[in-house]
Amino acid sequence: MSDGPGRAPGSHKVFLGMAAGVGKTYRMLQEGRADAEAGRDVVIGYLETHGRVETAAQAEGLELVPRREVRYRDTTLLEMDLPAILRRAPELCLIDELAHTNVPGTEHEKRYEDVADVLAAGIDVYSTVNVQHLESLGDQVVDLTGTRVRETLPDTVLAAADDVQLLDITPASLRERLRAGKVYRPERVESALENFFTLDNLTALREVSLRQVAEDIEARRNPGGVGAAEAGSPNATRRRDERLLDTSAPWAIGERLLALVTPQPAAQRIVRRAWRSAQRLGAELDVLWVARGEPTAAEAEQLTALRKLTSVLGAHLLIEIGDDVAAVAERVARERGTTYVLMGRPASRSLWQRLAGPPLPAQLLRRLPGVDLRFVADRARRREEFP
Amino acid sequence: VRAPWRTRSVPEGKGWSGAATPDPDAGRILFPFLAVALSRRALDVSLRLARAEEATLLPVFLARVPRYMDIDAPLPRQSAMAVASQEAIEQRAAAFGVAVDARVERGRTARHALARAIQSERYDRIVIAAAAPGAGGFVPDDVAWLLAHAPGEIIVLRPQAADPLLDVVDDPAATSRHTVAVPAAFS
Repeated sequence: MSDGPGRAPGSHKVFLGMAAGVGKTYRMLQEGRADAEAGRDVVIGYLETHGRVETAAQAEGLELVPRREVRYRDTTLLEMDLPAILRRAPELCLIDELAHTNVPGTEHEKRYEDVADVLAAGIDVYSTVNVQHLESLGDQVVDLTGTRVRETLPDTVLAAADDVQLLDITPASLRERLRAGKVYRPERVESALENFFTLDNLTALREVSLRQVAEDIEARRNPGGVGAAEAGSPNATRRRDERLLDTSAPWAIGERLLALVTPQPAAQRIVRRAWRSAQRLGAELDVLWVARGEPTAAEAEQLTALRKLTSVLGAHLLIEIGDDVAAVAERVARERGTTYVLMGRPASRSLWQRLAGPPLPAQLLRRLPGVDLRFVADRARRREEFP
Repeated sequence: VRAPWRTRSVPEGKGWSGAATPDPDAGRILFPFLAVALSRRALDVSLRLARAEEATLLPVFLARVPRYMDIDAPLPRQSAMAVASQEAIEQRAAAFGVAVDARVERGRTARHALARAIQSERYDRIVIAAAAPGAGGFVPDDVAWLLAHAPGEIIVLRPQAADPLLDVVDDPAATSRHTVAVPAAFS
């Protein structure tokens, strides 16, 4: 879809929840109504009330773009009518269930792709999604809830959204809503309470949602970060990870670890140990190599291995060019809101090195007051040194 | 016979990130393994070989990425296994006096990850453990594929009853329900 002449791409606000029933659609409709009452041209592009009376009531008075019929394997299904929305061209379109997979035969496989077309046409969009649909959280959600979510949403979609609003209620309140029949029909309530909507699951998902939004806020604190300018691309279109990578957030909302490595086999041990610590703290992990120039063949090989490791771990590998390791580490730590620095055991220094200045740990302690410094030992050498 | 790299017991002056670098000219033994089936016996065979040949061991954790996920997506659950496995291997290798250069390779299937590993790594030999019936590991088809496609010498260990290096347990210290791997009780 092309932008209309002089029409800038629309803005996208996502209402994010930990699970069904927290009130995402309700809030989206509420805000849509408020916009309509303020004089904006608002339509509902797609609404899924799940039979909830209160939700349906919020939609009253708002124009609804009818769904279209799509034939698939001798069945007629109803899907969002993307061409009709684009023809109607409202100022704001409300689109429910962002992670939905469309029936084959429509313009796109996924609804978030439809939304991209709507935005590209200069129409603002409000949409809804639950946190467990985020692609990068797939494994984590399985760990937490034992449930694999099939309809997933790339993190880029949430990262590119102009605004993300978390709908947060306590797990006990949500279970109460469920019992009161405000979420599912009575025949599904007991099964839902015993399976997905357990207190444990909801507590874990709530934690994930809160962290997700905290990260998003952190990433937005400096939308025009250094990296964004260097990359020459709009900050909003990059992955959440990439935005975090380039964000100058001088204060961390949570913990953030920085592992200092050089491309050699021992670096993997430092990264692994740092990752374990990051997991315990629920923190992001950055891995930094301060290179003095182009990597040698051996370094390139080790870098490839490090890249693969950090990618699997979900850590961020940073390579910075510089002669002064302490200065570069200080800058990166400040930009990224590092609260812990991890490094290998310092090597003994030659006379010349001692004359040249204090050792790296001492420099880091002086340059980064308030940041913990931790040395990662080689446990395999414990027996060797303390028989 | 002590391998040259074993004499460099202290990595002094080699930089601030720690241990000594394995000799780049030494032989390299690729030891691919799956999260569910890191065999202690297979590891020990690889380590004995590496020690005898003064070679570096490259333990390659093969991560399987489900098709509904991006091939480059983070894998926190498998990461816990990868980290625990690699650390256990390094500790065992230290007891053997063998240098280790660990790797992680991902793929849609074990064979896909294996193919990527043999394509991207330098090695002289591969050691893999064939899976016993009912146990995890490399199934006969994977082994046959490896023999047909991988250059270099390949050592396939006969299937045996599972002898895991690590047990998977719930992590009592974790805030959420992560699984961790701990060293299995050594006999």
